[in-house]
Amino acid sequence: MTFVAPATASNPLLEIKNMSVDYYAANGTVHALTDVSITLERGQILGLAGESGSGKSTLAYAITRLLRPPAEITGGQLLYFPRPRDGENSGRLRGSSRANARVTSSGMLTENVESAEGVDILEFSPAELREFRWDELSIVFQSAMNALNPVLNIGTQITDVLRTHRPEMGADARHKRAIDLLRLVGIAPDRIKSYPHQLSGGMRQRAIIAIALALSPELIIMDEPTTALDVVVQREILREIMQLRHRLNFSVIFITHDLSLLLEIADKIAIMYAGRIVETATRTELHQQPRHPYSYGLLNSFPTLHGPRRRMTGIPGSPPDLRDIPPGCAFHPRCPFAFEPCNTVLPVLCTSTPETPGQQVACHLYDQRFNSEGLPTNADFAKKYESAYETGQGTRKAV
Amino acid sequence: MLVPTTTPSTTMLRLRDTWRLVTLNRKVSFGLAILAFFVLLAIFGPMFFPGDPNAFSPDILQPPSTAHWLGTTQTGQDVLTQLLWGTRFSLIMGFAIGISTMIISVIIGLVAGYFGGLIDEVLSLFTNVFLVLPTLPLAILLAAFAAYRGPLTIAIVLIVTGWSWGARVLRAQTLSMRNRDYVDAAKASGENSLHIIFFEILPNEISIVAAELLGTVIYVILAETGLEFLGLGDITSTSWGTMLYWAGNNDALMLGAWWWFLPPGLCIALLGAGLAFINFGIDEIANPRLRTEPKPKLAKRNKNREVAA
Amino acid sequence: MNNSIPPILEAVHLRKYFPLRQFNLSGASEAVHAVEDTSLALYPGRALALVGESGSGKTTVARLLARLYEPTAGTILFQGKPLNTGKVASLRSYRHHVQLVFQDPFSSLNPVHDVRYHLSRPLRLHGYAQNRNYERELILALLNRVSLSPAEQFIQKYPHQLSGGQRQRVAIARALAARPEVLLADEPVSMLDVSIRLDVLNLLLGLKNEQQLALLFITHDIASARYFAEDTLVMYAGQTVEGGPSEDVIQSPKHPYTQLLISAAPDPDRMGTDEQGTAGRPERGEIPSLIHPPTGCRFHPRCPHAMPVCRERFPGRTDLGEGHWTNCFLYGSGEDDSSATSLTDNIASHTVVPHEPKQAPQADVQQKEEAAPEHN
Repeated sequence: MTFVAPATASNPLLEIKNMSVDYYAANGTVHALTDVSITLERGQILGLAGESGSGKSTLAYAITRLLRPPAEITGGQLLYFPRPRDGENSGRLRGSSRANARVTSSGMLTENVESAEGVDILEFSPAELREFRWDELSIVFQSAMNALNPVLNIGTQITDVLRTHRPEMGADARHKRAIDLLRLVGIAPDRIKSYPHQLSGGMRQRAIIAIALALSPELIIMDEPTTALDVVVQREILREIMQLRHRLNFSVIFITHDLSLLLEIADKIAIMYAGRIVETATRTELHQQPRHPYSYGLLNSFPTLHGPRRRMTGIPGSPPDLRDIPPGCAFHPRCPFAFEPCNTVLPVLCTSTPETPGQQVACHLYDQRFNSEGLPTNADFAKKYESAYETGQGTRKAV
Repeated sequence: MLVPTTTPSTTMLRLRDTWRLVTLNRKVSFGLAILAFFVLLAIFGPMFFPGDPNAFSPDILQPPSTAHWLGTTQTGQDVLTQLLWGTRFSLIMGFAIGISTMIISVIIGLVAGYFGGLIDEVLSLFTNVFLVLPTLPLAILLAAFAAYRGPLTIAIVLIVTGWSWGARVLRAQTLSMRNRDYVDAAKASGENSLHIIFFEILPNEISIVAAELLGTVIYVILAETGLEFLGLGDITSTSWGTMLYWAGNNDALMLGAWWWFLPPGLCIALLGAGLAFINFGIDEIANPRLRTEPKPKLAKRNKNREVAA
Repeated sequence: MNNSIPPILEAVHLRKYFPLRQFNLSGASEAVHAVEDTSLALYPGRALALVGESGSGKTTVARLLARLYEPTAGTILFQGKPLNTGKVASLRSYRHHVQLVFQDPFSSLNPVHDVRYHLSRPLRLHGYAQNRNYERELILALLNRVSLSPAEQFIQKYPHQLSGGQRQRVAIARALAARPEVLLADEPVSMLDVSIRLDVLNLLLGLKNEQQLALLFITHDIASARYFAEDTLVMYAGQTVEGGPSEDVIQSPKHPYTQLLISAAPDPDRMGTDEQGTAGRPERGEIPSLIHPPTGCRFHPRCPHAMPVCRERFPGRTDLGEGHWTNCFLYGSGEDDSSATSLTDNIASHTVVPHEPKQAPQADVQQKEEAAPEHN
């Protein structure tokens, strides 16, 4: 299958190419990520959906190079396309000083004023990495209580960041910026001296977001930012993230297991399974017609609020042990559509249909060499999952 | 009808896992080796070197020779025989007292931690009082004033002064354990409190208890030796401590009879070190974060730039 | 709501305050007001979903019903009779009938014991296993019932060797071992992977139908409440706010909090970012402190329709018809039902049914099931 460039003009911010990450454990090597490639456009929200063992959090940590031994990045490139900045931010990440790391994106030159040249984050020296982190890229972790220092008040934690990266700022300027940031995320300025344990869960998460925004980064990675929060607070935080994004124009990689959430907020969604991407699509495409059987199963694991009440089946089996990934397609033991090539040939991510060139899927059902029958529709998916459930009821090995 | 299949594999698996865990950790292996050496010495030593440790002989203060491998004392007693019998004595005392102390601290600590409320208040008060007492000076005092001098006195004295620390630690650990879901689940199943304490909570605290036990045994061996060295034990018995007592009394150091006080001293030091190593190792086994991971072989970064078709 | 079957377990005006052990110079001792005047009823063969966010008191209600806590006020009725009398005179015999499944499969199983131990304990405690062989047979049967097969393999495994879904199944099997009539499930699937949640939920539904269990399903996810349970009860900050048939409560929520909850739930059918928000949706709001909760209706600080009376007292239950009710002054001040001894006193079509032998309700429930098969 040839790679077809998406129709929209390419203005990439981050290009992940063939990234692989392994964990070396005493009882075997865990392939946390295998050959992951995806592009994030500037100003886009990219959603990464997957369950435990899918590798989504590992990807987040790999991008920020926060992985520690025994985890090791065993392959790939991480190309970042910085926006040349002037004024006080000049001198940061200009591609010219890193001659051997410069690579053009996919061979295509853009017309934009922004830099068309990318730098490989994986090649950064520690000094470059320090510059890069938080200035261009910041990360919001899942549990605010784990990410916040319990013995420092949140004002200090924000000004800490400023002190490190903006040495020219004076104490007053830092304080003012901290207050601005808190106000931006909806925390009253008088809470600047509060300690994390004095704040509610929602406020702590907002504090984390304020810290992430401190240096106006281009890209914010959010690893399950709202999972630990109540539904109502979650909705508020999400709305604020969207508003902030419109105001400050940063891109987001949003990692979550809650696919229904991504359908509401993400522009592009990538679904991961057992360390690989199995489908990428826009949210409309995914909602209307998921291509990969796992995507369909995942979409239908969320009971609906409205619409007809019917029995839902989820996906039989359980996510695989990453030390022992099934051969061929990792999903084949659970897939109601598994057929001949699935347990031997590894499917690669390619275009699903000519009508939807942007929707890529890694599944042999879409490979004309293997599957000469038609492509599955939602009705086909439903029927196959139903019958898999019925047969499973009697004899299935439980999850 | 179902034929019950025997599952020897579970016990075997557990044993094998424990064995592997224990031998992989170098500290524990080293410590266990030392302990095993002394245990074997205690069990088999006197058998291979029969002789009465108290037997007088005409060879006075002889340095090590073929007749007396470790020389003799001022009264012609064979140091090696004394050492072997002393090993037995010290080990038995050490472990017996250690285990008794452990039992007391387990009961008091767990009961106080689990029940809370008034029971906890009373037991904690009791524990705190004993905790505050300075152990070794008190032990010396008690032993000095006791009417009967001997192993039993020493045992009682050491148990009384030694149980409170372990009780405190176990109480704290139990306080945190009793809020775990599986304790609530056991309650919801209908288990009674005693069963929960000793069969649900205690098995989870085994590593702490084991560490306590080893720490206590070290303390006991040292303290018991100390008491005997001061003459507060039964000076007619044979133990490392009494050997040191007699050696000191007879100015062995000044006479240059190193073979008299060095062997028992070394044994004490070695056994203490071995137990301490086991203790460190248990810490590492119980708390994975203390383990130093073997550095993984870092794979060469794959410079392949092919894009997936 | 079916009127001819008596509820098997009822909570009537339950209250639970947890005193704070604080050295308070002012003299007043403080407490966490976890549950304030909650009443609910569980019927055989029906599931009741208890929906609420953190701090709503839903877990406390489950533990009160499991008698892990004693209520500060109110009564619990089993088969119409108060506890400490009749069949459930002792705590252990109560456990025979009412069992609890915990939320966290990783901590509700003791890591040092294997599956066999976990399942054999309730069998022995409740006297089902006469000897080791029979006990083993029962254990294998339990494992098969929760679809953990081949059962022989699972019987000797330790919790750390099982996946989250498998552990939760073992926890369910453990609860079933006591052969209860009531199963209280405290967020049984929230800590499991998304794709296996439905499996476990379907298992519980199957068990409910096969054995006519009365299920209490506690969740923060109102969509799964709709899927799983015939009836739903919504709680906020320790108070009940709305209840009734799930479909009614969710499709036409009456209480402002229920409406907020439903609008906040992820809904892929409502795609696109919703930045304006509907008029009347509160912008900022957190669950209030339960040590010093707001007076009257605890939702009033966040409620767009709050009236002065909302601050003064908590509204009684207003019947909205068809079993749908709410506690909200917008719909009525509610009858003063705080003196009732049983829920069944209030609803006109109910009569207090005396203790019946276990077999009788089966026939009725079966008929009801055939009459209204909403979902399997």
